[in-house]
Amino acid sequence: MDFLLASVIDGLLLGFVYGIAAMGLTLIWGVMNVINLAHGPIIALGMFSLYFIFSLLGLNPYLALILVAVLGLLLGILIYFVAVHRVIDAPHLSTLLATFSVNMIIIGLGTAAFTASPRNVEFSLGSFTVGSITLLGTRLVAAVLALAVTGGLYLFLYRTRPGRYIRAVANNRDAAELMGVPSAQILALSFGLGTMLAAISGGLIATFFPFTILAGGVYELKSFVIGVLGGLGNPVGALFGGLILGVLEGIIPTFMPTTWVPVLEFGLFVLILLVRPQGLFGARK
Amino acid sequence: MKRALILFSLLLVFALILGACGGGNTNNEPAAANNASSSSADTSSAADTSTDEAMPEAKTETVVIGFTTSQTGSQNVSSVRQVNGLMQWMNAVNDAGGIELSDGTKVTFEAVTYDDESNTDRVQELYTRLATEDEADFLISPYSSGLTAASAVIAEQYGKVMITTGAASDDTYKQGLTTVFQAYTPASRYLTGAVDLLESLDPSVKKLAFVYENSKFSTDVVEAAKSYAESKGYEIVLFEGYDPETTDFGPFINKIQDSGPDAILGGGHFQDGSTFARQLNEKNIDVKFFTLLVAPPEPDFADLGDAAVGVIGPSQWEPLAAFTPESAQEAGLEWFGITSDEFVSAYEANYEGEEPSYHSAGGYVAGLILQKAILDADSIDPDKVKAALEAMDLLTFYGHIKFDTTAEAHGLQIGHSMVYIQWQDGDAGLAKQVVWPIEGATADTLYPMP
Amino acid sequence: MSGWRKYTGLIVTLLIVLLLTFWPLITGKDITRETIFTILLSVALASSLNILLGYTGYVSFGHVVFFGLGGYVGFYLLSVQGWSLWIAMLAGGAASAILAFLLGKAILRLRGGYFALATIGVNEAMRAFINNFEPFGGPVGMTLNFQVYRDYGGPAQALWLSFYMLAALTIIVVIISYSVRMSKFGLGLLAIREDEDAAEVMGVIAPNVKTWAYVLSAIIPGILGVIFFFKNGNIEPAPAFRLHFSIEMIVMVMLGGQGTVLGPVLGGMGYQSLRGYLLTSPLFKNIQLAVAGALLLIIVLFVPAGVVGWLRQRFPALRRVLQ
Repeated sequence: MDFLLASVIDGLLLGFVYGIAAMGLTLIWGVMNVINLAHGPIIALGMFSLYFIFSLLGLNPYLALILVAVLGLLLGILIYFVAVHRVIDAPHLSTLLATFSVNMIIIGLGTAAFTASPRNVEFSLGSFTVGSITLLGTRLVAAVLALAVTGGLYLFLYRTRPGRYIRAVANNRDAAELMGVPSAQILALSFGLGTMLAAISGGLIATFFPFTILAGGVYELKSFVIGVLGGLGNPVGALFGGLILGVLEGIIPTFMPTTWVPVLEFGLFVLILLVRPQGLFGARK
Repeated sequence: MKRALILFSLLLVFALILGACGGGNTNNEPAAANNASSSSADTSSAADTSTDEAMPEAKTETVVIGFTTSQTGSQNVSSVRQVNGLMQWMNAVNDAGGIELSDGTKVTFEAVTYDDESNTDRVQELYTRLATEDEADFLISPYSSGLTAASAVIAEQYGKVMITTGAASDDTYKQGLTTVFQAYTPASRYLTGAVDLLESLDPSVKKLAFVYENSKFSTDVVEAAKSYAESKGYEIVLFEGYDPETTDFGPFINKIQDSGPDAILGGGHFQDGSTFARQLNEKNIDVKFFTLLVAPPEPDFADLGDAAVGVIGPSQWEPLAAFTPESAQEAGLEWFGITSDEFVSAYEANYEGEEPSYHSAGGYVAGLILQKAILDADSIDPDKVKAALEAMDLLTFYGHIKFDTTAEAHGLQIGHSMVYIQWQDGDAGLAKQVVWPIEGATADTLYPMP
Repeated sequence: MSGWRKYTGLIVTLLIVLLLTFWPLITGKDITRETIFTILLSVALASSLNILLGYTGYVSFGHVVFFGLGGYVGFYLLSVQGWSLWIAMLAGGAASAILAFLLGKAILRLRGGYFALATIGVNEAMRAFINNFEPFGGPVGMTLNFQVYRDYGGPAQALWLSFYMLAALTIIVVIISYSVRMSKFGLGLLAIREDEDAAEVMGVIAPNVKTWAYVLSAIIPGILGVIFFFKNGNIEPAPAFRLHFSIEMIVMVMLGGQGTVLGPVLGGMGYQSLRGYLLTSPLFKNIQLAVAGALLLIIVLFVPAGVVGWLRQRFPALRRVLQ
């Protein structure tokens, strides 16, 4: 029984970080109806930025995370103006392909620069043992930071002027423009926030798992699943979606072979899309 | 429109800058391969000019060797190392003026290679190109069993002799191939030695857990090792795969802990193996013996720090494993080629201090096998070379080489066997030690693992 | 507009495919055959995807699932059950058609991005499932014994045979694509693409029409999967259900011009020739992926209608020829 409990806790802690990654994806979707296929490589860039800042500058990983976040934000704004802005009103296919080409560019340059060899951030906060359950320091901190980031995002969206603009644009862009909201800048900011969240999640993941330039792909797929679980366009839903996925990943191996986890995960994903496309927590539009 | 254009040109500039940075950073690995191939082109052309002068007394044949490299994609690191090893062999032979046959003909080599992107889509197209357009005389396999299986179809079709390296699966050689020869110890014998090692260390241990990546290679390996362990009377308390994409081993490790094994055997490739080792360490799991595939022999495994200590891994070759002309004499085998020390120092000199892994040695030995076969055949005629390969039985720095010649498993490696290394924290810091087979051991096994 | 002139669009497209097919026969070189094999495979897959993507506007990111599933079913019959290649091909096509029918009933209700996501989910779920499915070899996959090739005249002959069958299928898929576009059924699809709700009001029974378009677009990839893996000699889950390959198909359709018969043909040719060039060119070989990405971005941003679409807009006189 202990082992079930241990797995649930492991899953929950990781779920927070998954949640942050998905939140980035779902924020972009909610504001501008764009599925960002460059999400995975941006997560990987977050990992690499943290790795280099940590190993070259010797900065504490959690301080480095601030830098990673800023870089993520700027990269997102750049990507928005270069690749997305021109096709923002075009059919879905255009934005999908535009973001996918950004994916190819990042992976292509990344492989040439870093090779596909694995990196490991050698950093540990030790572990705490409670009864028969061992908790890792890095994961606890990551979960706390994930919560803090969620809170910060919430405050930003609901308590600041740009945040209100973002919500206005998400609600109805035409109306917002009529009210004098500078929609291009707001869209770019939203995209930047989305990639910032992706980069932060990458940075957090890098503190406990080894990774390669291709490692983002898995988290991109997980973000899709989580985004749908929590309702696309619903950032808080994404956090809960992340927790649900984390717990599922913890519980499923206790009663069936671990290799069935992705079958169930993606099965559930398709099922939710069919039955409740607005997500478990979304209201019907 | 105008703004879009400006933005776009900004992107281009940005991309160029990034590309330039990327180019700057590549020096470590892929560029090394390029240097190698370009320098090989240099040397072979140098060899050509030298033969023009020497024309009256000896003629020169340039043999083209074709292979693909995974410049991009998931197998990038291992593949590039393999190619580095191969190019080192080729440059050495060419620098020495080539191989001399009995009629005075000098045989030099030239490499042709393409990027296979670590996936099978284009492998057959590229190997056909190598076999026909580039007129490759001999082929070397890509890295990984999957790509090799696809390229073997082409080698067989054109009757080209192909030395496979970096491809351990047994399956490929049991499909009626006749021109493909394997340099690696096949998957079915990858972990059996670890079971022997454990038995010699501690006969009281009875409970094993096999946990492995759910992919072709590792499944082949653990299934063979499992039946071997069962035949030795071990109890298998857990036999379970994990998805190749797995990054969080937490729940999996809890499951291992729950089943209470004394020893864990398994793993898959580098990425999952090193993640697994790190998390097993962080979770303070109490096992006495821990063996992983592929990851531990890689020099980069040391990045894991404490988590690496005590981990055992099978390796095709180790710098410390001493196969020498003397040991060949003792075993009554013919010795051929350089020693491990010579290989390591030449490799480090060629590739900016990069420590060779067994993939590098595998690449080198693939060339060496071909060289020996051409010498034995005293010809570059494919049929004669093939016959020489079938008769081959020799010892090299890489170990014993001998191929199966039966129709059922033609070309399967039956001479070579694995060595087992363990990461130990000694006076000189974290280092690999050979712990099995006993004859080649450089240190006692750290048992139980800390 | 009588006689053959009515079919100029089809004839132009077929001529291009035939030219590709006969090229290796003329040069007699095996490498030409292999290059054209890669190109024709892309052309056929892109054309089949176009029946769904181009005509109905539904973006499927998981089209490779039909290729992989068909390949697996066919390979299983071929290597484990020892059935003939012909039956294996039919079975592969049928398996994909059945999957498409079931999926069509379920996920085609979703619109836009939701449908795209669902197709990714289906492909990933299928890959993970096959990875656990022991009859198909699980993670190890299956390998074809060389003896099988001997039944078709040895490996050399088998490679040519695969090529001829691929060429024939490409011609068939082009004809299907043309017939769909010119038929009332096709008009229904185009109406769905423009405005699905309006189309339903006008009497198009959207769910049925979409499902049949999906099934039509799935059969050919299923058969192609069998041919490809027969030629490849082994099959494993990851290469069979490679998500990236699906996206490449979309890129080809987009490059040539979605919703046209000729577009995917040109797109497949262009994309594969470009990739082939970048992979072997000494200048771009190390950053070929990034260069391909940058080119794609330029096309998406500046020529969204694809080559054929752009030509049709620019030179209205060409519209009859370029369909």
